[in-house]
Amino acid sequence: MDNLCQDVAHLAQEFRARPHGRHSADLQRVLNRMRSEPFAGRYVLVQEHKGQPYRLAQLGATPLDPISYTGDTFVTLDEAEWAVFKLRWRRLFGRDLMIG
Amino acid sequence: MVGIMGYWDRLSARPGDAPELKVSIEDGSPSFRIEVVRLICGDDGPSGPGFKTRSIASEVNGVHPGRRQAIAIGSYVHVPSLNAIRGEAITFAALVMPTWLGKRATQCIVSRQHRSSKGMALAIDPAGRGGLWLHDGTSEILVTCDVAMREGAWYLLVVSFDASVAKVRILQRPVGGGQRIEREAMEDRSFGLPMPSLPAGAATIAARHDPGAGIVAHFDGRIEAPAIFRGALEADQLARVVHPFEIDLPAIAGWDFSRHIGSADVADVSGNDSHGRCINLPTRAVTGHAWHGQTMDWRARPDLFGAIHFHSDDLEDCGWGTDATWRLPVEIKSGVYAARLTTDRGAEDLVPLFILPPKGRNGASLAFLASTFTYLAYANSHHGYEDPLSEPAYGTLLVLDRIDLFLKERRDLGVSLYDRHRDGSGSCYSSARRPILNMRPKRRIWNFNADLHIIDWLEESGMDYDVLTDDVLHEEGVGLLNPYRCILTGSHPEYHTTQTLDGIEKWLGGGGRLVYLGGNGFYWRVATHEAHPGVIEVRRGEAGTRCFEMPAGERHNQFDGESGGLWRSNGRPPQRLVGVGFVAEGFDSCHWYERTEASFDPRAAFIFEGIAKDDRIGDFGILGGAAGLELDAADAILGTPTHALTLARSTGHSNVYLVTVEEMMSTHPSVDGLDNPLVRAELVFFETPSGGAIFATGSIAWAASLSHHQYSNNVARITSNVVCRFLEPTPFTLPERSPGNL
Repeated sequence: MDNLCQDVAHLAQEFRARPHGRHSADLQRVLNRMRSEPFAGRYVLVQEHKGQPYRLAQLGATPLDPISYTGDTFVTLDEAEWAVFKLRWRRLFGRDLMIG
Repeated sequence: MVGIMGYWDRLSARPGDAPELKVSIEDGSPSFRIEVVRLICGDDGPSGPGFKTRSIASEVNGVHPGRRQAIAIGSYVHVPSLNAIRGEAITFAALVMPTWLGKRATQCIVSRQHRSSKGMALAIDPAGRGGLWLHDGTSEILVTCDVAMREGAWYLLVVSFDASVAKVRILQRPVGGGQRIEREAMEDRSFGLPMPSLPAGAATIAARHDPGAGIVAHFDGRIEAPAIFRGALEADQLARVVHPFEIDLPAIAGWDFSRHIGSADVADVSGNDSHGRCINLPTRAVTGHAWHGQTMDWRARPDLFGAIHFHSDDLEDCGWGTDATWRLPVEIKSGVYAARLTTDRGAEDLVPLFILPPKGRNGASLAFLASTFTYLAYANSHHGYEDPLSEPAYGTLLVLDRIDLFLKERRDLGVSLYDRHRDGSGSCYSSARRPILNMRPKRRIWNFNADLHIIDWLEESGMDYDVLTDDVLHEEGVGLLNPYRCILTGSHPEYHTTQTLDGIEKWLGGGGRLVYLGGNGFYWRVATHEAHPGVIEVRRGEAGTRCFEMPAGERHNQFDGESGGLWRSNGRPPQRLVGVGFVAEGFDSCHWYERTEASFDPRAAFIFEGIAKDDRIGDFGILGGAAGLELDAADAILGTPTHALTLARSTGHSNVYLVTVEEMMSTHPSVDGLDNPLVRAELVFFETPSGGAIFATGSIAWAASLSHHQYSNNVARITSNVVCRFLEPTPFTLPERSPGNL
């Protein structure tokens, strides 16, 4: 993935500023890879009732398996998107994203 | 998680009808309360108008005793009467194609079990090896060959048991053709149990009826021509068995699934009249072992379609007991109603019921046509969180709510037309005779709950309206629509039968005025069957944005034999009916429309009354904009009338708004909202030759913008302008000089 583009940190800033909507072609490529991670362990959010915090969870090995909660919660969807973006960044690039 | 749930025995009712309510208490409460309400708005989200209902006095209101009601999911054939099985020997034969060996369970192909537990079955073991299951009343045994079947491959399976020599002889022969390397099994097994003597009684195909546990050991896969014979075969006789079975033994039963394909009936052709009936809608009109492309239509060669595909998660009818019957008062006003069910432990369910006006007596000139077939298509969908492509396609993290979590655990509530069965095959049928937990208020803004935004707007606008439904339109045709001058669709009227399209077309031909308030409408063809009330069937074909497609040869409906798939593929594209048709979808963000020059055409002046010249249309709303989710546009080639006016066009859609596959003859890199001009919603208006007119918004998100700024906004204004003019009796006239802008 590193050969996608040498300087990728600005893509993270772009995503953080606008998680949904139009993105640059490079950011969209990163997002496509992130969102195409394997089913097993895929990050999802659980919000049992509207207005409640979003709980981060991971799918099981198959649709028959239960989800597991990571313990992280978020007030807004954008916060959750950013947190998952960072988790997936580590998986994709093998290093932490050094942005707060 | 879900403490109570229910369903009515029908989706739609009229004054004087007596719909029955079925309820299951899941939280252990001994009783529950019913309060009938009229639903106004179901959007209880932080940016929505709020959950709004009106209490309705009703004879069913009050506390009722209740209990948990079970669901017996899984399809099979029930044979009420099979002749007695006596003697020392028996032979079973069938063509089988297992499709879910991964469940690692014994699966019965044809079985007979007595209440004493004595019984026999042709079966496959948890490893997928064919053989004989036998119960002598005390203990059971399963004897199989040594070769495992492969999922998706056809086998001739013949098992012959001769108790006099304590031997089971098994033939398991691959018969599907092709170049696969398959092992054949031809084996003798010693067998310690005697042949059970079974009086005449019920038999089961694709499962076993255990006297204690009920229907068990479901077979997932296809079965063709199962048969039972008295007596055993010698090894050389066994080796010569081919289909059709001409076995020189007296037949006990032999079922030919190629007969009565369009029904639930199963014919015994042995002469013993052990006919059966399909339970829980296994999939018929599927190819058998000998089909290799000879015809795509099962009606032309039923003999090639003599298989039935059984699923352990098929469900037609929960069959629950009735907890309340509501005799609808003759004066009750047409609307969207619900039984609000609650328990003392805080559980709640709201079970919708669409109440139409008395037949032939409309209560208003305006009607809302509820998309009940579309609600059914999505019923209890698992698709979002089971399809790995959902997140990249949606462009946002998946969010599961409490109902999703419940449905994920409770697969006995059945699947939607968006789901695959547990064996991976696509689901063709969806039934209303079960709790449909995503056809509810207070859930996400989609279909039923999104359509309540339209009801809310009608109520806030003080407009008088009736509520009609797809299912009644299908039954009654244009007669249902004739009393109305103007009809509003829902936000996503996606699924239609030939009869509903015919009804709408005829009504338009008589001067009707249609306001299509949605996106991706009139897209898939569905069928119904009078013997299966509340059920629709879809056969997804080679085109369309879809989560699966039916295998080759299986794209004609079982219910009516018609070719399934898209209406566009069947010669009736939505553009021809309503001026616009599906072009693209995306779910990460919604946008707005910009007016075109055509919006200033005098023909459209009434639509834009009160709208500023440079106004963006719908750059607001609960979803962020009025143009979003699924988008439609005009297309003259597909049938948009050339005099149609494309009044406004959406813009700014994101990278995850992608052109639908039927718009691409081959793949190419420019398919998203940034690169492809097809990715847009279009507001379209045109007059019809009969004095009527059509206005289409081309966007699912339109309805979610109606309530913005206390219902005072340009989306609501345009909608109101259109509806008010459409309700006026003055006929529309075709333009003489204004040719449209396509």
